[in-house]
Amino acid sequence: MLTYISRRLIQGLVVILVASMICFLIFRYMGDPVIMMAGRYATFQEQEEVRRLMGLDKPAYVQYAKFLWNAAHGNFGISYVTRVPALGLILERFPATFELASTAVIMAFFLGVGLGVVTALKPYALRNRLIMAGSLGGISIPTFLMGILLIMTFAVYLGILPPFGRGDTVRVSFWRTGFLTVDGIKHLILPATTLAMYQLAVLLRLTRAGMREVLTEEYIKTAWSKGLPPMKVIFKHALRNAMIPVVTITGLQFGELIAFSIVTETIFQWPGMGNLLLTSIYETDRPVIVIYIMLAALIIIILNIVVDILYAFINPKIRYE
Amino acid sequence: MHDPSAIVGSIILLIFILTALLAPWITPQNPYDLEKLTLEHFLTPPIWMEDGKAPFILGTDDQGRDIYSTIIYGCRTSLTVGFGVVSIAGTFGVLIGLLAGYYGRWFDVVTMRLADTLFSFSTTLIAILFLGIFGRGNVLIVIVAICIADWVRYARTMRGSVLEVKEEAYMMSGKATGAGDFRLLVRHLLPNAIPPIFVVVAVDLAVVIMLEATLSFLGVGVPLTEPSLGMMISIGKNYIYAGMWWMIVFPGAALILLVIGINLFADWLREELNPKIQRKA
Repeated sequence: MLTYISRRLIQGLVVILVASMICFLIFRYMGDPVIMMAGRYATFQEQEEVRRLMGLDKPAYVQYAKFLWNAAHGNFGISYVTRVPALGLILERFPATFELASTAVIMAFFLGVGLGVVTALKPYALRNRLIMAGSLGGISIPTFLMGILLIMTFAVYLGILPPFGRGDTVRVSFWRTGFLTVDGIKHLILPATTLAMYQLAVLLRLTRAGMREVLTEEYIKTAWSKGLPPMKVIFKHALRNAMIPVVTITGLQFGELIAFSIVTETIFQWPGMGNLLLTSIYETDRPVIVIYIMLAALIIIILNIVVDILYAFINPKIRYE
Repeated sequence: MHDPSAIVGSIILLIFILTALLAPWITPQNPYDLEKLTLEHFLTPPIWMEDGKAPFILGTDDQGRDIYSTIIYGCRTSLTVGFGVVSIAGTFGVLIGLLAGYYGRWFDVVTMRLADTLFSFSTTLIAILFLGIFGRGNVLIVIVAICIADWVRYARTMRGSVLEVKEEAYMMSGKATGAGDFRLLVRHLLPNAIPPIFVVVAVDLAVVIMLEATLSFLGVGVPLTEPSLGMMISIGKNYIYAGMWWMIVFPGAALILLVIGINLFADWLREELNPKIQRKA
């Protein structure tokens, strides 16, 4: 187990290094950082001064080493647009994204798995056919359209939920949370539903397919004929085995989750990292884009390692050598 | 094909492909031909509403573009990107999966590590970042941006299928009769290992079409000079508070219908090819 984890950590480190190299190339060679920093109307002498100060006159490998050194110390440079350190700019937005994404994941996982089990038990019951039809809608409506349709229905026509923003927030030390106010919760409902819907439908369909396969296995028939209580057969014997592909997919979908949080945040003007990324893309604010990529890579890699370790607990057959 | 949902799905897909091919002959205007546009008809509601005007059946947008025509031209872009990605990423992925499964060793390790990494970052995130950095140029760049990570779906499925087929008796006898690697791969392995790929193609087509719409909605997809369902909805978003719902509802419905059609077809294909699920007569 320990060797396995350390091997995964080394792999993760390699990915981070590759990501940092790509980021360095973007930062250094896409557009001219000197002009971005010194301003369009700087004289030649001023430009040379900036070039020297930023170390851009040194060979590429020295610059990359310096980029890595700075990155390791949390120094990713200054936003071209707002002229404040890019890291602070993005970290300030982290709580908003985290609260939105975690609410969506929890909704998607529990509702998806729960409804998946229910529909697998009686696949041809009318109610379950309706749920399946709904899940087809869930995987066929892209996230951005879902968000807009929800805004049109609940904010514009019914006028019962707010269409954008995060509402009132409370600051708990450095963390600004929307969970503690009624207004904050109200603002969370539509974006979290939007972000959860696609994954909910995917998980529902995966759980249902897995359960239907597992329920035909011999050991399930044995469990029934032993007279075990239905709850025990369904949850302990069947679901545990049907969960293996579900956990795999959940683990692999964090990248997708981050991508769709960009979409959701843009629609709902949610003040998170994804919204900031898109604004930075429009304004070609490269330091912010670079740090977003590094942060996303870090989050995805850490979560993947965590999910891999969780495997061992669900599936005792897996013993990492 | 006796499943009603599969028939409905195929008919929907067929209609979309036909209208996309026949677009110039069945639309009153080419919404992206600047000479045909006049601002005088901008923001016209659908024809059955009070201020509706012929020939704008479904109304117009803020530039005076006919919504019905733009939807049909937009579906053309959707299908171009969809089939473009599926054929490029599909071919590349199948090839990688075939070689990784057959030869194994370092090639397998390297390609599958790369595949895992790309997959965990997700096609969507990579496409948004790639287009965000390199900018929107044309439809081809959108196809490339999606392909960067999308081949992984095909490669993984193909590799898994190859590993199973490789152990079959006819592969052994093929080898015993002295068939070369190339012959074994192309004549025996490829045709027997490819069926699971068909399901991936169908699912992927739906996913890619949604992704193109998403990218164009975010403003990093196809350029402003190309019609796209995502961009139509992005324009319509500015007018929802003014009650001008037709700019969102019609292109949105077209997009959903197209994707549902493909997904119905994919569902049928998946169950049809899975021997483990017993189908109720």
